[in-house]
Order: sequence, then C-alpha cells, then structure tokens
Amino acid sequence: MQFDPFVIPFNIGLYFILFYVVFRCVIWFRGLSRPDKLRLQRGFFGNAFVLSLKEIFLESLLHKKILKTNIRLGYMHMSLAFGWFLLIFFGTIEADIFGTKHLNAPYKAIFFRYFNPEHGRMGFEAAYGFLMDLILAFILSGLILAISKRFYSRVVGMKKTTKLKLSDKIALTSLWLIFPSRLLAESFTSGTYGNGSFLTGTLGSWLASFLPAQQMAYPFWLLYSLSLGTFFVLLPVTRYMHIPAELFLIFMRNCGIKTGDKSGTYTEVQTYSCSSCGICIDACQLNFSAGITNIQPAYLMKAIRNNDDVSEIANNCLLCGRCDQKCPVGIELSPIRMIQRRVGDNENVFTNIYKGYFRKRLHNIPEKSNGQLSYNFLPVTDPEKVDVLYFAGCMTHLTPSIKNSMVKILDASGVKYKFIDEQGGVCCGRPLMLAGMDKEARELINYNSQLFWKSGAHTLVTSCPICYKVFKESYYLGVEVLHHSQFIKSQIEEGSLKMNFLRKKVVYHTPCDLGRGSGVYDEPRFVLKHVSRLEKSKFDDENSLCCGGSLANLKLSSGKKYKIAQDTAAELTKGNPEILATACPLCKKTLSSATETRVADISEIVAEALIVTSVKRNINKQVSSIRELANI
Amino acid sequence: MSKHVVVIGAGVAGLEAAGRLSKAGFYVSLLEKEVKTGGHLNDWYKLFPDRRNSSEVKHYLDKLTLNDGIKILSGTTIEKFSKRKSHFSIITDKGNEIIADAVVVATGFDLFKSARKEEYGYGIYDNVITSAELEGMFRNDKIALCNGKIPGAIGIVHCVGSRDEKVGNLYCSKLCCVTAVKQAIEICEHLPESKVFCFYMDMRMGGAHYEELYREAQEKWGVNFIRGKVSEAGETINNRLVIKVEDTLAGRPLKMELDMLVLMAGMEMSDGGKKIAGISGLNTGENRFFSAADPHYGSNISNIKGVFYAGTCTAPMNITETISHARAAVSEVMDYLKDVN
Repeated sequence: MQFDPFVIPFNIGLYFILFYVVFRCVIWFRGLSRPDKLRLQRGFFGNAFVLSLKEIFLESLLHKKILKTNIRLGYMHMSLAFGWFLLIFFGTIEADIFGTKHLNAPYKAIFFRYFNPEHGRMGFEAAYGFLMDLILAFILSGLILAISKRFYSRVVGMKKTTKLKLSDKIALTSLWLIFPSRLLAESFTSGTYGNGSFLTGTLGSWLASFLPAQQMAYPFWLLYSLSLGTFFVLLPVTRYMHIPAELFLIFMRNCGIKTGDKSGTYTEVQTYSCSSCGICIDACQLNFSAGITNIQPAYLMKAIRNNDDVSEIANNCLLCGRCDQKCPVGIELSPIRMIQRRVGDNENVFTNIYKGYFRKRLHNIPEKSNGQLSYNFLPVTDPEKVDVLYFAGCMTHLTPSIKNSMVKILDASGVKYKFIDEQGGVCCGRPLMLAGMDKEARELINYNSQLFWKSGAHTLVTSCPICYKVFKESYYLGVEVLHHSQFIKSQIEEGSLKMNFLRKKVVYHTPCDLGRGSGVYDEPRFVLKHVSRLEKSKFDDENSLCCGGSLANLKLSSGKKYKIAQDTAAELTKGNPEILATACPLCKKTLSSATETRVADISEIVAEALIVTSVKRNINKQVSSIRELANI
Repeated sequence: MSKHVVVIGAGVAGLEAAGRLSKAGFYVSLLEKEVKTGGHLNDWYKLFPDRRNSSEVKHYLDKLTLNDGIKILSGTTIEKFSKRKSHFSIITDKGNEIIADAVVVATGFDLFKSARKEEYGYGIYDNVITSAELEGMFRNDKIALCNGKIPGAIGIVHCVGSRDEKVGNLYCSKLCCVTAVKQAIEICEHLPESKVFCFYMDMRMGGAHYEELYREAQEKWGVNFIRGKVSEAGETINNRLVIKVEDTLAGRPLKMELDMLVLMAGMEMSDGGKKIAGISGLNTGENRFFSAADPHYGSNISNIKGVFYAGTCTAPMNITETISHARAAVSEVMDYLKDVN
C-alpha cells in the first residue's frame, strides 16, 4: 500500500470538511419550514436538480456573471474554481488509469506524482502530464491576479476590495500556498527523476541544476498537504464556506424557496454563500459618493456570520437595490437587510457557525394593543362611490406642484375620481416598515385599506413610488394599483388626454422604488416620449442611481445625502437637458436642491403639455372652516 | 504712495469698510456686482428694533463713501483672483486687471430661496410671499392679496431655510425671529383688522431691545405666537391657504385657513461669495459661509494673508454687528499693511 505520513494533514482536513458539510446540510434542511422541505424533496427528483447542476457549472465553476460584470475579476474566480475542479477531476482519472489499482483514496490522486515519480515519460502519459501542467498554470495565473488584487485592487478593475478578519487571512494564506507548493513539490520530484511536462519538468530541471532536488521535494509535499489541510479545517469559519454553501443555495433557489420576512435556513445559506467578491461595494453609492465603506452587503453578510451587532450596518443603507441587481451569487441582499432591521438590537436569532447547532430561536411576543386608533383626529371621510381613487401621499403633499398637476390631469381625463387624501391622510406605512416596524405599520395599513374599500373604487392611483410599492406588496386591496405614470399612459392610450409636444430635451431619473423596487420602467418613458424629447443616460433603468433622499437610510447624515444627490444630478445632467424628469416626489425634492437644472415630475410635464378643453371637476371640494385658533 | 485696498461688495459691510479705509488714508476700489450700492439695505422698509427708516442708514453710508479716495466700480464681477508675492491681481468681467495690496471680502448673504421648501407653496400659491416681498409691500404702503383684496388672516412662518437639516442649513439665521416680530407689528399697524399668527420653533430674541419688541407684539398688538413648525401649505377652492401645523404647547395638530403666508427666509452664503471662494481658494465652512481663522479673535482673518472678511459673508449678523465687523476688518487691514512694503 502506498502511504506516507505527510498525507495525514490533508486527510484530516478532507474528512473533516466532508463530514462538516454533510452535517451542516442536514441542520439546514431540518431548519426549513415544512412547505420548503417539500419543495426541496420535489426539486430533488425533478427539473430543479438538473437546472442546479447547470447553474453550478456556469456560476460556481465558470463564474459567468462575474465575467460579464468584470472580465479580469471573473477570470480570477474562474481560474481558481474551475481550474481546481479540473485538477481534481483529471487528477482522479489519472490516478485511476495510471495508478497501481482502481478506486484510490483521494490523497493518491492529489499527491499522484509523489507516489508515482517515474510516471509520465512518454506517449499518452506525457500528454496527460502536459494537460495537468496546463491546468496548474491556469490556476497559478489566477492566483497571481488574486495576490495582486489583495495589494492593489485595481489590477482586477475593482475600486475597493473587502477587508478581512484573522481566520480569513490564515485561510487565504493557506489557499495561496496550495498551488505554489504543489508546483514546487512536483517540480522537485520531476527534477529528481528527470521527467515532468513543460511547467514542472522545465522548472524541475532548472531547480535541480543548483539545488539538491531529492532532499527538497519532501518538505514541499508536506507543505502542500499542510496548506490543503489547514484550508479545509478553517473553511467553516471563513468566507470560503461560500464554496459548499453556494451549491446548496443554487439548489434551494431552483426549488423555488424565497427569503421571506423572517430569518431562517435560506437566509443563513445565503449569508454563507457570499464570497466577499466586493462587486456590491463598487456598485454602492454610499461607497463612491459618500465614502462609507463598511456597510455594504459583503460586510453585512460577514457581520451576520460572525454574530456581530449588525444594527448599525443594517440601518445605514438606502435600500436602492443596486447591489441586488449586481450580486453574482444572486443573494437577496435587501430582503436579508430588512430581516436584520426587523430583528432589531434586542434579539439575536441568528448565531454563528459554532453555535449554529445550538441555535436559540426567540419568538416575538405580540404586544397587546389597547384597541385605540391613534389617528382618530383625522376627518371622517364619507363613503362616496367613485371609479378611481387618487392618493397623493405625504411626500406629494410636500411637493404641491405635483399634486396640482395630477388634479389637472385627472380632471382632464374625465374619469370619476376622488382625491382621497386631499384634506390630509394617513401615511402608507412604508417608512415604518423600512425601519423594521411592521407591526406599527399594520395599523396604518388597516386604516387606509378601510378607507379605500369604502369608496368601492376599482383603481387606486398614487403619485408616490414609496406608497405604490407598499400598496402593491403589503396591502390586500383587490383593486388595481397604479402609479400615476401608468395611469397617464393608460389615459393616453385611451385617447382621453390631448397633449402638445413640448420639444424640450428631457432626461429621466428612475426612482428606486418604482424601477428596481417595482419593475416599472417603461410607462414613465412612454409618457415622456409622448410629450418631450427624451434622451438616454448612462444610468437608465436597472442601472439607475439613487437620488440620496431615500427614506430607508436611518443613519446617513444630511451632508452625505446631499453629496449623493449632487453626484446623481451631475451624472444625469451631463448632456445638458432642459428638464431632469422623475416620477417620485422625494426624488424631485432631493434632486432639485442639488442641481441648477429644472427638476420636474412626469405629471408636471404632462400637465404643462395638456390641452384642456373643458374642465370636469368631479371632486366634491370640502371647504374646511377656520378652526379654534383662528377665532381667538 | 498710498496703498490700494480692494473691497468686494458694496453692501453695509463693504461701504462701511471702504469709507473707513479711505479715512485712514488708503486708496480704495469698491467692487459691486449690482448697479446700485447698498445691498439688501435697499430692500428693507424699517429696521428693527427701533424701526427707523432703512434709508437713514443708507444715507449715513453714502455720506461716508462720498469721497475722492474711493472708486466705486458698480456692475462689476470678478473672474480671476490671484496673489503674486505681496500683491493681489483681480481681473474683472470687463477684462480689467486691478492690482491691490490688500482685499476686504464683503460679499454678504443671499436670502434662502423659498421655492426650495416646496411644501410651503412659494411660487405655487399666489399668496405665499417672502419676508423681503412683504417689506416691498410696506414700502409701497399696500398690503394686498394678488386679487387686490385686503388679507384678513396672515401667517408668518419662522425658520424657512434655517435650522433645517433637510435643506442642509443647520445654523440659525438669528434675525428672522425679530424680523417676524417687527413685520407682525407693522402688519397690525397697516391693517388693524387683520389677525397675525407667527409659527416658531423658539423665539430667539438675542439682541438689544428685541425682547421688548416681542412683548409689544403680544401685549399691544395681539399677535398670536404658536410654537410649532408648519409642515405644509395647500389651497382651498376659493383661493385661501390651508396650513398644517402642530401646536407643540397644546400638543395637538392644527389645520388653519389663512389669506396670506409670509416666509421668513433665512440667510445663506451669497452666490457671489461662493464664486469668490471658488476662484480664490478662500476656505468655507460646513455652513458654506467663509470660515475665519479664529472664532474669537480672528473673525476678520482669512486663510490667505492680506485678505480679510467683513460682515455677513462669515455668518448671519444684524446691521449693528455688520458695521462693527467692517470696522474691525479695517483695523486688521491697517495692521497688515503696516508690515508690508
């Protein structure tokens, strides 16, 4: 039997990590809800399994998405992952064909050259040796990139790279040592026996010319084994856990499991699947405009894994969704951040890998409400039957030109509508939800829902993407919810709005909650093209920037918000448009303070272009009386 | 040969500094971007707290600067500013180069552009006006709504663009409170039938005789002071204004109909001052005003030797403080030029 004590570190590492991954997957599986368990079981025997294998090949090995975003970074990941896979794959076959017997222990394949030093002199053996050298060279080229990236991130086209913790640094060092030590070990052996292919053979004979190759080989084989073993043993407590976790994540995702609004197995698998590639850091405006470099998803995932206090990180985010769009692993970053906000400071449901098995699950105890609504000071609106409800929203009330424009448009459209919050209304609830206060938001949602139901309307139109998103996602209204850009588009198509063409050069800023948040991209563009000369910008649609005014960031100083607004406005007005158009009152308010260019909501531009033939005013305007103080 | 000092800005600070420098024997060039000198003083009706006519102060400043040693270059802006050894080279928009031994920056303030607080409806609703526009109405002796009618209920909103993180101005403009009190009294004098409501966060009556004026407004004129910030303004179908405000003393939300709303626009670093800062490399602070070398004993001194500040280009000030600050700048210039050959 071929054995040597130097393989022991590798063997310990390998069997440890195999056992650990199986153990981990069992725990993760047990942590799933019943429906998710069924999904997983059904997926295992169905299409999902095949799809997952394909995705694992494309993403975990080839890293197609990273290659698309950044070719050098993609090559780095691909050469290490795919190269290593090829080395193991062909190494195993090599050991199987050329070894002493079939079905070898894994170490025989890994340390094949040590146990078969005479192998690979001619013919097919030599060609196979060439292939193995080629794969090793492929990996080493990626490794050179990886090492340079650590010291100078721009080598791979990244502005920032992630900061590491101690265990990551040790694991990283052992990872870096694996392939150079294999190269040297194989070279010294080849040098001793005078064989080896273009890489190990050439290097080996050169080294043997001035070094005692025979004596040098063994320490490097030991180093190779040690670095492999160290890497495997440390894997569970480092970011490299993403390697096994991502495989499981891909399978779960293909089975149709979603993040949801509570922490659980899927969230946990996602946080472990983050490789800290740093693409989210480069995409984040808090990084490139505000100079904040410690709150990006890569750090949030790391903090969650480490069981650190994450409230500071979780709350310092615009929730613009740019990172969700860019994450090559497809982790649902914003939903995970929202879970952390809901959990708050007082609960640590999520524990790290050491404590994972002994996880303590705390349950929310619902507070008893005293049954009193806090909004009883609001005027009671009598139920008046209409077709369309218009809900301006708080932010639209703070930008009255949008409100006035919408009234003009609704009047001109001839629909039977009611301006439901004309005299004031209750918040849609989303600001509370963004702060993680879902329970409190529910109170507002109930109040508004009842108000909407009373009217019997079939359509609810709002001017605010923030309200729009929450009406669509968290209200169960059973009516059609439209953002005003969608309403205007439908009215244009029906022919009920007649407009002049304004001949103004316009650039459109996609609001986060409307665009990435709700997938409404085309309607605002349709409307703007209808009335103006709409220009393209570098930051259209999915790639749009946040205005900086996001309600979601509970930590950002006003100065930094202003900086983001200035940068966004500067990018969008590069082509000197006459109007910077948007479809959100908050974006309008934020951007207009940061640029000299006129900032206008779509509704304002439409109202400007409107040809009003006859005014049909359907709203019953209530004139409120001067209250107490006016009569002092 | 007498030394040449350039004063940038011919408002209260610039005129005072130019006059005093000339008296001290310097040759002075006074640059002003507007055609008329006097700055904001031209816009005011009566001054707080004694309510003398603003033209009296203007008259004093004009007399002070009516002098052969002062060359007033009005309608002039500065395009380039550089220091060469101990001299300054200033190139105007007309292409002329002015060589100076020392420079006094007195670029003053701009009123906060009220349209930026869109929720108050300035520029959207006809009868929302600024404090400066109300001064104009006083000067023309006609306080009226856009339809010519006399307003019955008038609201005054304090802190518009001051102490407001959302517009990036954390500082207090200091003078809007007393201006509001003064204007409230003047409204009552002009329109004895009207009701005036002031909506404030704090009443900052930190100047001589301000508190007395505040007391007079309450006791003699019955002005209502409501502690709370107006959140938004709207319009009713008959063109009246509706405001929403929280009365924080009574602890309840209020909704009120008014005929006219007056916005107490705060003071901001002037656009002219920002331009000078951009081309000269003078330091500005987080509040965007010029930042002086020392807050206690160097409030006229800049980061460029030979350039001094006078007046509200460094912080909000009233006229009394502005004049004192300009005189202090003159003494700094004299000290500096004594040592420079």
